[in-house]
Parts: sequence; C-alpha cells; structure tokens
Amino acid sequence: MKEVDARGLSCPEPLMLTAEALKGAAGPVKILVTEPHQMMNVEKFAKDKGKKPTSVQKDGYYEVVIE
Amino acid sequence: MNLSDSKKKLALAGVVCGIVAACLAALGNPANMAFCIACFIRDTAGAMGLHQAEVVQYARPEIIGLVLGAFIISVATKEYRSTAGSSPMIRFVLGVIIMIGALVFLGCPLRMVLRMSAGDLNAWVAFVGFILGVGTGVFALKNGFSLGRAHITNKSSGAVLPAVVVGILILATCTTLFKASQAGPGSMHAPIIASLVGGLVFGAFAQKSRMCFAGSIRDIILMKNFDLISVIAGLFVVMLVFNIATGRFVVGFNTPGVIAHSEHLWNILGMYTVGFAAVLAGGCPLRQLILAGQGSSDSAVTVVGMFVGSAICHNFGLAASGTALNPETKEVVAGAVPVNGKVACIICIVICFIIAFTNKREEAK
Repeated sequence: MKEVDARGLSCPEPLMLTAEALKGAAGPVKILVTEPHQMMNVEKFAKDKGKKPTSVQKDGYYEVVIE
Repeated sequence: MNLSDSKKKLALAGVVCGIVAACLAALGNPANMAFCIACFIRDTAGAMGLHQAEVVQYARPEIIGLVLGAFIISVATKEYRSTAGSSPMIRFVLGVIIMIGALVFLGCPLRMVLRMSAGDLNAWVAFVGFILGVGTGVFALKNGFSLGRAHITNKSSGAVLPAVVVGILILATCTTLFKASQAGPGSMHAPIIASLVGGLVFGAFAQKSRMCFAGSIRDIILMKNFDLISVIAGLFVVMLVFNIATGRFVVGFNTPGVIAHSEHLWNILGMYTVGFAAVLAGGCPLRQLILAGQGSSDSAVTVVGMFVGSAICHNFGLAASGTALNPETKEVVAGAVPVNGKVACIICIVICFIIAFTNKREEAK
C-alpha cells in the first residue's frame, strides 16, 4: 500500500501530499498525520474525491487509509 | 464538538467571533481595531517596556484570552499536542516580518477585515496585496516549500506560552510594573474582564473552527476549497451589520480616527508581506496564537517573533502613522509610512523570497 508520512508537517502540506498520492495511486493509500484537524481535513478531502477514508488513532499520530 | 465539518457551522463560528469583536468595540476598544492581533501584541509589548511608544502601551487581555482559550479547549477536547522542531528560527524571523508588514499597513488580516466591514477603502486596497502575498506563498508551496517536520516533545513545552500569558495577566492586574497609555489607542479599551472573556471565547471558537485569514485565501487558490473563508464571511457580515447599525460605517480613504493611512502602494506591500510570510509560517497572526495555545512551540516562537517585531517597528521608526485630525487647527493630517518602514518592508519581502525558495520539502526528509 502506498504510504504518505505527513507527520509533523504544517498545513496545507499533508493535504497537498495526499492529493499528490491519490493522483498516481491504483489501490488504497495510507496517510499519517499528527494533528486531529489534519486527519479531518484528509478525511474530508478523500470523501470529496468519492473515496472512503478510515482513520485510526495511533501513538501520537493518526493513520488514515483511503480506499 | 466539531465546528469544521460544515460551512454553516464554520460561518456560525465566524458570527460568534464577530459578535465578540462588536461587543468589545462597543465596550471601549478603539474604533474598528476591535480585535487586532498585531495591534494588541504591539500594545502588550509596549506595556512590558519592549518599546517606548507611549500611545500604544497596554497589556491586552484579548491576547491572553486567545492563547488560554485555545489551550483550554484543546486540552478539553484532546487536541492538545506538544510539538516543536520545524525550523524555529525561520519561524521567529517570519513572526518579525509579519509584524513589520502589519504595522506598515496598520493592522493584521483580522483588522483588515474589520476595517473593510467599516467601509475603510484603504483596507480593500490592502486586501489586493494580501491576496497577492498569499498567492506568492502558494506558488512557493507548489514548488515544494516546507519548513520541515515538527516532533512530539515533553507535554510541558507546549504549555510554556499559556503559562507565560497567565504571568502577564497577573503582573498586569496585581502590580504596577506594566505601562498603560494615558492617551491614544492604548488608552482605549474594554473592561479587563470583558476583554479576557472575549478573548477566551474567540480563542475557543477560533481553535475549533481553524479560523485563519491567510489559510482561507490559500485554500481557495490552492484547492478551490471555500471552507475557511466561510468563517471570515460570518465575521465580516456581523461586523458590517454592527458598523451600519451604530453609525460606524463610513466609506472613504482619509478617515480621521480610524488609525489608517492612504499610501496605497504601502498598504498593498504591507499586506503582501503579511500574506506571504503567513503562508510560509502556516497561518496568520491569529492562527499562530491559537496553534501556540494548542501546544505548538514552533508557533509560540513565531508569536515571540511578533513581539520582538513590534518592538523593532517602534524602536526604529518603521510603523506607519494614522490619518488624524489636528485638534487645534481641525485640519486632517494624512497618515504616512516612514522611509525606514518602506525600506524594512522591501527587505522583508526579499527575505520571504529567500526563505520560500531555499527551504524545500525534499531536503527536510
């Protein structure tokens, strides 16, 4: 699975990296972010693109899998 | 409570913040400065003796409330994250630059919107510069600009700025150590408790709605996303209604008492600087205070940069003067940007370009 580690990056970098990853991805994409609002932004972005995001809280960060 | 999942809720958060600003203006804050982050940081720096401009010295409880409001709500909703390490000194410089640009224009992006809602055409002119500045920042982002990763730090690190502002509040209310203007904008303020509560409410709603003036324009240019601009629209509408209802809506350029000037080029370049630097720093002055409140030491460093920047502005004669009425002759004296301010503004823009195109994401990995 394609993975984007956007942990610790300032806005809007996590979203820019997500958009870039989704463009070239055939299967699911995993996005790692630090802040809760970044997780929500990534989820919303995925939904707007007609994809299904699933988020899990990990130790100090969030993992969003976009399918 | 999630305020950021629909445009309606975001606009509602803007309305609440607009009501807070309107109440504070009605209770004594300077005309259409109601709630200006740059001005209030400058006033607080003056109260602490960092600069000696006697008319702008007052420890503004709004700034204290904003940081504490964001801190309390982020702890309560488990969004508090103590982070640091994303090019702190570059962020410090960006904080200084934001303040220099803001004081050349005479206001932060929040005050620009408040001035726009009061009919001040200078602010509309400056808005053009702000959009261009944000656009330049977006161009840099698209070319791979990044200040690198922040990392999780000890929880106490993120709580330092909230603790410091509590200290400022105690010193301001219980001692005579701080200076307080006897005349000018610094002498005009709402009662302390109203300012503090207003700041707390504003801070909490700004944290939950991710309110950001630079971010709202950035998201439109970068991703055609209109979420964040709905917060600003809510705030603008409330202030517009308030200004019209209370007779404060005056369309014009040279309006005495508004604390603004009509040097169009410098209004544009001042806000260009603020917009550019704010995108590089990841948020406008308000957003930096909120992020600092929710645990970002990097944003706290930017805030410290803004404090130092305001001292630099007044100690070295960079800040613009506002158009005013001469009390004796009753003549309108046009406000102006001093030569030092113009030179500093140009230097700031050059530094922004250097920062924007020498910090790449690839190198940060």
